[in-house]
Amino acid sequence: MHIAQYTELICFIILGAVIIIGSLGVVLLNNIVYSAFLLGGVFMSIAGLYLLLNASFVAAAQVLVYVGAVNVLIIFAIMLVNKREELSPIKGLKLRRFISGGVCACLLGLLIRVNLTTKWNMPGPASIGEGSTVRIGEHLFTDYLLPFELASVLLLMAMIGAIVLARRDVLNTDEETQEKINQEIIEEKKQPLLIDQSS
Amino acid sequence: MVNSGLDIELSFNQAMKGFGISPEIAHLLWLPLPMLLVLIAAVIGVLVTVWLERKVSAAAQQRIGPEYAGALGILQPMADGLKLLVKEDIIPARADSLLFTLGPILVLVPVILSWLIVPFGQNLLISNVGIGIFLWIALSSIQPIGLLMSGYASNNKYSLLGGLRAAAQSISYEIPLALSVLAIVLMTNSLSTVDIVQQQNGLGVISWNIWRQPVGFLIFWICALAECERLPFDLPEAEEELVAGYQTEYAGMKFALFYLGSYINLVLSALLVSVLYLGGWGFPIPVEWLASWLHQPIHSPIIEILTGSIGIIMTILKAYLLVFFAILLRWTTPRVRIDQLLDLGWKFLLPISLVNLLVTASLKLAFPLAFGG
Repeated sequence: MHIAQYTELICFIILGAVIIIGSLGVVLLNNIVYSAFLLGGVFMSIAGLYLLLNASFVAAAQVLVYVGAVNVLIIFAIMLVNKREELSPIKGLKLRRFISGGVCACLLGLLIRVNLTTKWNMPGPASIGEGSTVRIGEHLFTDYLLPFELASVLLLMAMIGAIVLARRDVLNTDEETQEKINQEIIEEKKQPLLIDQSS
Repeated sequence: MVNSGLDIELSFNQAMKGFGISPEIAHLLWLPLPMLLVLIAAVIGVLVTVWLERKVSAAAQQRIGPEYAGALGILQPMADGLKLLVKEDIIPARADSLLFTLGPILVLVPVILSWLIVPFGQNLLISNVGIGIFLWIALSSIQPIGLLMSGYASNNKYSLLGGLRAAAQSISYEIPLALSVLAIVLMTNSLSTVDIVQQQNGLGVISWNIWRQPVGFLIFWICALAECERLPFDLPEAEEELVAGYQTEYAGMKFALFYLGSYINLVLSALLVSVLYLGGWGFPIPVEWLASWLHQPIHSPIIEILTGSIGIIMTILKAYLLVFFAILLRWTTPRVRIDQLLDLGWKFLLPISLVNLLVTASLKLAFPLAFGG
């Protein structure tokens, strides 16, 4: 075998192991901060898998979107509400864990079955390498234009919704007590901290 | 595209063939060489920048600055580095030691990886990846995770606040940065840094991107300074408020990693500004013209070596002019407030960079000759 193929195989085994162990860690670890950082590691390894498939643009986009935006925001949110409280034990936790574990195992079995029964077209089509950036752009603006635009509208809606939820001052009444909110507190002019001594 | 200029890899492989080594082994032997070279270049670049910083700050404050370590204090940064190397490595007792160690590494590695795409000449870069400049944008988005990690792991409120500020800052300035890069990419029709430089070097200094993208240049420079956490944007480590931000608990080599990371990032940003807007390795007068005036064929060995060295010198010269400018800015401007910083990023730079992109696109349609059809 060629040296490049050996390297590829070793990289694939390492990346696969990192993805599986890392994602198990994301789910099973008790410390939420560790879970969030491990999630970033898993995203990075998936980008590595894309690189192995010669899809460098998709790999870079994966890093930019999932690691640089999604994961950073998750960690950001966790750290802003950095409360170290003991969660009260949930009733029937063992049963819940057993059921969810069973569902996951069934899903895994299904996926393995699909993987084994499908006739994969091996070897797949030759990769176009660096030309893929142009090809992705063409597809996004021709036959995938509608899903692309719909996704962007969806993101815009989510963003506006988040802003409305975060800026409670645009609501006139308190949601819980139905009392009027004093808008002046937010709009209040800032008082100078130092007393003007010039006069 | 015909590759012109020096191709050291080819020559290396041929030399290895001469020694009777198979091409595969020669390739394996070749692989670490440019990486090592760039690592050394990056570290030396940092040493020079630290020295410049000390000297320029001294001049700005009417002091002499480092003087006794070597001529003009040129060995002072080496002494700094050695001092950090032998200092005790302290991990606070209540800190999370694993994340505490991983944080600085996550900050440094993406920055060094980004040197992959910096071209010093036609073939003088580690790898001419097709996604070029996009790789840098993607890699630089990993950095905030390292900052958040070290801020959290220090178990110190100043560190946590500094880490949060750093992450907020890099997220807000990444978008205008990427949009101004996008305008350049639109004009070049390529993401590759080599193509971006070549597109600018048709007519020498006149065809540099700075004349076609003056607004983009300013946006990029401001955002690059913000990404490097340089004053006026060094809020994550504002001494008066946060001690030293996320670096507060760090000592010894781990602190040095942050220090190294921020300076490598500064040099890298300056290099990328020169690549994107100032013609990269291009001489103000195209080398082809010079060669034809001297009646030399462009592919003669002497001219090729000359072109290569002019390329390296020009890239470094442009980058260090920008670094000098950044240092001057640091020692002459006051720091902005956090709300001013975020306002500047979201309410000013983002709309302007969007308009810049729109104008570039329409100019490209209207004047395809000047704006890359």
